[in-house]
Amino acid sequence: MHEMAICESIRSALEEQAQVQDFSTVDVVRLEIGPLSGVEIEALKFGFDVVMRGSLAEKARLEIIETEAKAWCMMCAETVPIAQRFDPCPKCNSHQLQVTAGNEMRIKELEVN
Amino acid sequence: MCSVCGCSDGETRIEGKAVSHSHDHKHEHGHEHGHEHGHDHHHGHGHDHHHHDHGDHHHHDDGTHHYGQGEAGVAVAGMSQNRLVQIEMDILAKNNAYANGNRAHFEDHGILALNLVSSPGSGKTTLLCKTIEMLKDRFPIAVIEGDQQTAADADRIRATGAPAIQINTGKGCHLDGHMVGHALEDLAPQDGSVLFIENVGNLVCPAAFDLGEYAKVAVLSVTEGEDKPLKYPDMFAAAGLVIFNKTDLLPHLDFDMDAALANARKINPGVKILKVSARTGEGMAAWLAWIEAARAMQIAGNEKLAEKA
Repeated sequence: MHEMAICESIRSALEEQAQVQDFSTVDVVRLEIGPLSGVEIEALKFGFDVVMRGSLAEKARLEIIETEAKAWCMMCAETVPIAQRFDPCPKCNSHQLQVTAGNEMRIKELEVN
Repeated sequence: MCSVCGCSDGETRIEGKAVSHSHDHKHEHGHEHGHEHGHDHHHGHGHDHHHHDHGDHHHHDDGTHHYGQGEAGVAVAGMSQNRLVQIEMDILAKNNAYANGNRAHFEDHGILALNLVSSPGSGKTTLLCKTIEMLKDRFPIAVIEGDQQTAADADRIRATGAPAIQINTGKGCHLDGHMVGHALEDLAPQDGSVLFIENVGNLVCPAAFDLGEYAKVAVLSVTEGEDKPLKYPDMFAAAGLVIFNKTDLLPHLDFDMDAALANARKINPGVKILKVSARTGEGMAAWLAWIEAARAMQIAGNEKLAEKA
């Protein structure tokens, strides 16, 4: 969706962290992206290279940890895995699901110099 | 001076001119810096050279290559100083901070803020104009209009008598918390008012950007088809209220209302759904009642205003 805006948020977060944590270049940016976050990973990778140009992360490698989506099934009263928002419970077929994981869009860690 | 194109002092300071050079510079830049980084030439060379020759797009390089580099970088030339920094932060943390600022403002002033989201042409502005006409004598209303270009929608709202401010996002596909914060400064909605934020017509991006609103209201016109909630699940999952608009057209369409309701509930089992025709007024009473109830909740949380009410 708005992967460029996301990359710009990452860049400004890196620039802030560079001052707080005292580093000057970023070699690896490790993100956690959930399947329900709405982020298209290929678009994110493309946007990353464009947006980081001329920044402290110009040569940084982007690594993405894809998390799993999970939901609480109200009928089964347990956590079940899902792939998409409208998936039914794999056990009872109900749509009474509360998504509990899969929205992640986090900068997990950096390798810096 | 740049070793690729030979551009010299002065010229590239002008932002417009710098554009044609920027690609060359940036490529060259990255390589040189990368290699020289570990060596002790780095400072004098990199800094003077780029700082004087180029426009502001190089300032990041200057600044960032300096931080924490200093003498330590020289002392361990060629050695990797890699370290791992765990930051565990939300990518949209900055937007969320602005949104929380807006939310605190809304709570302090008992303002009910609703973020209207939909695809272009779903009838949001018509729905808003009608809503304002029906509610404007009961409590103060203000509107923030988001579009890529033109102030046409804000003009339509102002014609109803409600104050409105237009945000043009340019290339942007959504409003963010920061834009809304600035709009609030100019618009200054009265205490106890209802603030409608009409987002950019887009069923994708606005889902992820919190503006500090009480709820997102997803407007779907029945001409768009009953499968919209499944095609754009993020938006329907984020919505606190779904409005099926233009119901006066139903007799002319093959729209399957039961399937539409089921689809929306597959995504968001607890969501409230209203069927409305802004044109004929059908279903408007339920929408107005929902707004009044939500406003009452917002004011109930505000000691100063709750006493007056």
